[in-house]
Amino acid sequence: MTSTLDVVNPADRPFDAAVIGAGVMGCSTAFHLAQGGMKVALIDRGQLCREASGVNAGTLTLHMTRAALVPYAMKAWEMWMTAEQWLGAGVLATHVPGLTLAFTEAECEMLEQRAAARREYGANINILTPQQALEVEPGLNPRLLKAAHCDIDGFATAYLTGRAFRQGLDAQQVALYENLPVEAVDRRNGVFRISCRGGRVLHARRIVLAGGVWIEPMLAWLGVRIPIKTLINQLSITERMRPVMRTVMSVANGLLSLKQFANGTILIGGGWQGIGDRERGGVEAVPENLIGNMRLARYVVPAMSEGRIARIWLGLEAETADAMPIIGDVPGVEDAYVVGSAHSGYTSGPFMGKIIAQYILGRQPEMPLFDPARLLSRHPGNEEA
Amino acid sequence: MDNVDKDVDLVVLGAGPAGVNAAITANRHGLKVVLVDQNHAAGGQVFRPMPETFTPSGGSAAPGEGDELRQRLARSQVRVYFNHTVWNVSTDLRVDAVGPDGPVHWRCRALVVASGTTERVVPFPGWTLPNVMGLAAATILLKSQKMLPGADTLVAGCGPLLTAVAAGIVDGGGRVAALVDAAPRSAWLKASPAMVSRPDLMWQGVKWLAQIKTAGIPIFSAHAIEKVEAVDGRLRATLAPVDSDRRIGGGERHAVHADAVVVGNGLVPGTDVTRLLRAEHTFNRKLGGWVAVTDEYCRTSVPGLYAAGDGCGISGAAAAIHHGELAGLAVAHDVGSLDEHSFEREAAAVQRRLSKARRFGQAMGALMALPSRQVETIAPDTVVCRCEDVTRAEIDAAVAGGARDMNQLKAWTRCGMGPCQGRSCGDVAAELAALKAGCGRSEVGFFTGRAPLRPVSLEQLTGDYDYADIPLPKAAPL
Repeated sequence: MTSTLDVVNPADRPFDAAVIGAGVMGCSTAFHLAQGGMKVALIDRGQLCREASGVNAGTLTLHMTRAALVPYAMKAWEMWMTAEQWLGAGVLATHVPGLTLAFTEAECEMLEQRAAARREYGANINILTPQQALEVEPGLNPRLLKAAHCDIDGFATAYLTGRAFRQGLDAQQVALYENLPVEAVDRRNGVFRISCRGGRVLHARRIVLAGGVWIEPMLAWLGVRIPIKTLINQLSITERMRPVMRTVMSVANGLLSLKQFANGTILIGGGWQGIGDRERGGVEAVPENLIGNMRLARYVVPAMSEGRIARIWLGLEAETADAMPIIGDVPGVEDAYVVGSAHSGYTSGPFMGKIIAQYILGRQPEMPLFDPARLLSRHPGNEEA
Repeated sequence: MDNVDKDVDLVVLGAGPAGVNAAITANRHGLKVVLVDQNHAAGGQVFRPMPETFTPSGGSAAPGEGDELRQRLARSQVRVYFNHTVWNVSTDLRVDAVGPDGPVHWRCRALVVASGTTERVVPFPGWTLPNVMGLAAATILLKSQKMLPGADTLVAGCGPLLTAVAAGIVDGGGRVAALVDAAPRSAWLKASPAMVSRPDLMWQGVKWLAQIKTAGIPIFSAHAIEKVEAVDGRLRATLAPVDSDRRIGGGERHAVHADAVVVGNGLVPGTDVTRLLRAEHTFNRKLGGWVAVTDEYCRTSVPGLYAAGDGCGISGAAAAIHHGELAGLAVAHDVGSLDEHSFEREAAAVQRRLSKARRFGQAMGALMALPSRQVETIAPDTVVCRCEDVTRAEIDAAVAGGARDMNQLKAWTRCGMGPCQGRSCGDVAAELAALKAGCGRSEVGFFTGRAPLRPVSLEQLTGDYDYADIPLPKAAPL
């Protein structure tokens, strides 16, 4: 088959780095690489931050971040809160306390255990009595038995993520290629050739795979197999309503995130599962799971019953075999890197992009990376394993 | 946790002329049919009845088409669920609603969407003021409540609803301050006779025209409202001439005072359900905008999902009746209750009536279509999305800043995120986005369909329960 190639840049004038996937991690990586002096291309099959990065609940909490990721989340929390300064535009990041609640004895135990695990990693989480919790959050259901409190918490408006990064990427002169699906990547004479739909071709010395739940098929371009599970999280939001809460709330088992934005809308999340997969994306919500999630939310803050649900949607979340991120070298492929699959990845996203960029730039990353090689599939026939 | 009705072949969404006829037709062929509507009775917008407790002071009116429709429905075995809001539909053909008795859902073998249209208003400064409302909203007041929009009403916009509303106001004893039509006089005269999309009802249009003439209502052809201001407790509208693309241009302005302004720029097909189920859609300006792609028997690209009536393209009530019948026949055939031969024979007869009704209906619809350049003269500080107060300037800025499709535009501006869920602003916002991006409507696309199909009360959805009733999944990883 012959087709006319539309070569963006010839092999002898490659980008220093091409980042594939323009979510939080990809955008932050591209931004920091460009800031470090590299000539960077950022490629996405759709528009900027329109998948998980633009549709997640925007929770910036330590309560739900995996314990070992707490130090990363704290760094990223700072970055979100100061995005106007380093990106030039923000995501309405708002600093409020976070509460995790227990309504049964079993949940009390779980709450203590989870708080202790996070304290070990530096999260300043204290246990409150119901009365203390009600002082922090008067709208709470007084039937709670215990609450865990953390001052470092808050939320962002996730749908503004793309708009904020756009400012920063433009300022750093990152070449942005939206609506351009990559179909294949191969490496010749030390240069990656990135073949996109419609015959478009880009060349780069390094590539960074930052495709969230799509990292698994991206790694397959390079013959590497790391299984990544796709979660289909359901979210819903109310119309604007009077202020009925001021903190970010969750329950001990992690299956709720609840916050009210300045505009009065209340977002209900928590990872209740809908229908979908990596190929089709989020297909549809499961009514029983929606109602369960909403019942939990209304139980926590009874005044929510005044509200009306305005919109329900689905967001994809990646989970590796050990539920820890993959950030580092693509095993066995020189000059190829991967960043992503972090649990609660939005919270820690900007910092994860920063440390992989530091590593690629030959500097010492501020915190250790997460070597993808630990997760190589050991299925027979996989030579890299 | 809610009421379930599993023994259903077909659920029909919307009890207007298309939906009722789809339901009755399928039921006639032996299907167990459920018909759901938010309203208290069948009829849709076009045949909207008064509440049962109302009796018009002028004696009882002669039974109209709506009454005939409701009587046929009452004689059928169709199970009706009025006052029910459908909030979710899934691809396994489960339909979730809330009604006076709480949540209810149905599982069915086929689903017919007959959800009609939404009115389009091309915004101008002042369109969000109290006592400024849509033409279709005015027809609801007139038909269902026998209420006048105001004592003195300015009627503006385009299409056959203009004369219907103006005549309705005169008929109800109100005064029409002026009739402002975006179309030139020639087009308006051509349009009037077929305003109910029924050639056999031409006399009705002629009668309305005569009423308007007799009442001495000033008519401004090829004009539009440039702005409306609140002055001393009344409204002052400034009228301006428009060109053939309905863009406001130079020329003499006229000030008209009124205490209500009703304005509409056509109808947009309702695609909430078909978009939610990711059916294939196509943009067709003449038909009113985005419409679900259907075959000649109302089948969408999603198995078991059918669409009928104005939601498939503005074709009018007469066409909707036959389109609904056709959908009912197709469902009866597809679930095996109607043999191939009978189906083809019955469908052919219905299709003949449908295509005849469509010629008029779609001609009317085309008069209400949005000329692509009409939005050019919307002033920058005019609110386009009234739920979220998003102005044209903000839409333009987002597109210039890189938002190149409707979903990104929504994210960056909140346009379409409010209680109307994009139904009111979406068509005009998409037109503005395409204009700014220098591309076609198909390229900017449309908002992804989302549940709930209408905002729904959290209290109604969740009902009464204890903490132990919440089916908590297993905990997230530590």
